[in-house]
Amino acid sequence: MSSRNQILEAIKNAQPAIKPLPVLDYTVVTPIKELISSFEQFVKAVGGRVQLVDQSAALAQEIENARLEGKLILNRLNGLSSMDEISPDLTELEKLDRVYIRGSLGVAENGAIWVSETSMGNRILPFIAQELVLVLREEELVPTMHDAYQHIRINQEGFGVFIAGPSKTADIEQSLVIGAHGPVALTVLILKSGLAVPV
Amino acid sequence: MSSRHAQLAEQFNADEARTNWHDQTLWWVRQKRDRAANTLPEWEQLRQWASDIKDHTLSNLHAYLLEFEKNALANGVFVHWAKDAEEHNRIIYDILQKAGVDRIVKSKSMLTEECHLNPYLQKKGIDVVDTDLGERIVQFREEAPSHIVLPAIHLKKEDVSDTFHEHLGTEKGNNDPQYLTHAARLHLREKFIQSDIAITGVNFAIAETGGIVVCTNEGNADMGAHAARVHIACMGFEKIIPKAEHLGVFTRLLARSATGQPITTYTSHFHRPAPGKEMHIVLVDNGRSRQLGREDFRNSLKCIRCAACFNTCPVYRRSGGHSYHTAVAGPIGSILNPNLDMKANADLPFASTLCGSCSNVCPVKINIHEQLWKWRQVISAEGLTDPSKKMGMKLMAWVLARPAVYRFAGKAARWVTANLPFLVKNKTWNPWFKQREMPEAPKQSFQEWYKKQQRS
Ligand code: SF4
Repeated sequence: MSSRNQILEAIKNAQPAIKPLPVLDYTVVTPIKELISSFEQFVKAVGGRVQLVDQSAALAQEIENARLEGKLILNRLNGLSSMDEISPDLTELEKLDRVYIRGSLGVAENGAIWVSETSMGNRILPFIAQELVLVLREEELVPTMHDAYQHIRINQEGFGVFIAGPSKTADIEQSLVIGAHGPVALTVLILKSGLAVPV
Repeated sequence: MSSRHAQLAEQFNADEARTNWHDQTLWWVRQKRDRAANTLPEWEQLRQWASDIKDHTLSNLHAYLLEFEKNALANGVFVHWAKDAEEHNRIIYDILQKAGVDRIVKSKSMLTEECHLNPYLQKKGIDVVDTDLGERIVQFREEAPSHIVLPAIHLKKEDVSDTFHEHLGTEKGNNDPQYLTHAARLHLREKFIQSDIAITGVNFAIAETGGIVVCTNEGNADMGAHAARVHIACMGFEKIIPKAEHLGVFTRLLARSATGQPITTYTSHFHRPAPGKEMHIVLVDNGRSRQLGREDFRNSLKCIRCAACFNTCPVYRRSGGHSYHTAVAGPIGSILNPNLDMKANADLPFASTLCGSCSNVCPVKINIHEQLWKWRQVISAEGLTDPSKKMGMKLMAWVLARPAVYRFAGKAARWVTANLPFLVKNKTWNPWFKQREMPEAPKQSFQEWYKKQQRS
């Protein structure tokens, strides 16, 4: 008998009589009324920055300015500034100063942002750049992780990730250091509700 | 088997200042957990849901594993099954050989520690780089992680500085955590980029979608998995949860219980390999089906490895992870390890005060301290106890079985502790006193007090 069948057989013999799956009644979950202020508070708590954008031109301008300063920028925001190609060469990507990526949903209880594979273009992009900028619309905020998993389909694409803050570690004497293996900084740009921006 | 834990704990306690630091630091982590838990009024409901979801899953595991396998295969992922550690290691080596690869990066996976994958691969000439910062530190030092979430918590920054000076050429005597972390960042980024194969652990595997979720703060699992051509994810089969919706419950509990963060920095959902790449999932038994069949210990398989039970445990905090001489230390390790090897780990269920703090913080409501107590019965019945503790335990069992004796013994003990403290505090007669302070004896027992209250 194959290992697979042996294991499955052993499990079948060992598992107890079926117990019910609980019904999750989300009315017990404490509501969060001020989504944006809670979200902002938690992005800061996990080491990130939040910026409210109320003029679409400002965002495009910011990207252009950074390019002019000689920064290595990779823009993945569709329809804003020019969208850049992604080099397949990791040593090139490793040098990127800043990457702009569209997030699809923000969670008010913890500052996490869902980023889909399509918006990354390459799965490694949000991890390999030195700085990450994620862009969200104000109306894309939800209260808790329960709401988040109602809104996204985790297997819609091959990969997707919640990102909360820049990479960090406290492995040396529990001192928090921002910038472990991934980005050393995370900025979240929130586009004000009703703003006509192509992204 | 003599009490190995006690001997190793004694070694750890030789450095009092360090032991105190270890104790206080983990208590601080425990307090951060409390603060995070207290901000959610529904915390207890979340624990109950998590516990019930896991109970249900264990009772229907056969079907969920089949569902998971079917969906993972449909996603284009290779699924492997390993009966034991040896088979797990062989499967990984085969994948490496097929790919013609002799160096790999690995993010945190307690399962690969349990299976001793690193020494196995190193013997075959494979260069394995652990990429979690704490794990890299202990790997350089040829030590084992001492904590499942904070692998290098037994070390001070001076130790890390010396280690990095030797292996990474950092400035001698520079103990700045920022500087040391940055040196590791540069070193490991190079390794990520060069590596063709990356191994990661798994936090949750979702039956309904055939995908896996990996949680890290450093981003090392993602750097490795996305840079490599082949991603191998290793998991004990108990990581299965039925539905994507359940991730809402577990992601709310995991980081808050572990470090007090509202969520880990990265919660990565892997379903299909990237175009042109390969993804493998190795499902491992290694004694788990045996544990599933032990009614008293079954629900230890609900564990989500948050380490809250470590941080709160008065014994762990003052004895250090290495004193448990196994891959998973702490209270939960003391339940899992006797299942793997009862004789070699017979001492571990005794490394506890049975205070129950572990059970109180556990996000999936495992009755940890009760299981420790039950293992003691099993181990005693098998004749595997250390003679000095065995006598004490037998006496205890006898006393507890006889309420009148219990009341008298308590009275007598309070009298002895108050009037002849040297008897109680003598390390030869009472091994309990080693590395412990005995409390002042109360003048009356709870029962005596209660009776008086009733009378008045
Ligand atoms: S037993 Fe509970 S508290 Fe301990 S690591 Fe597992 S889930 Fe966390």
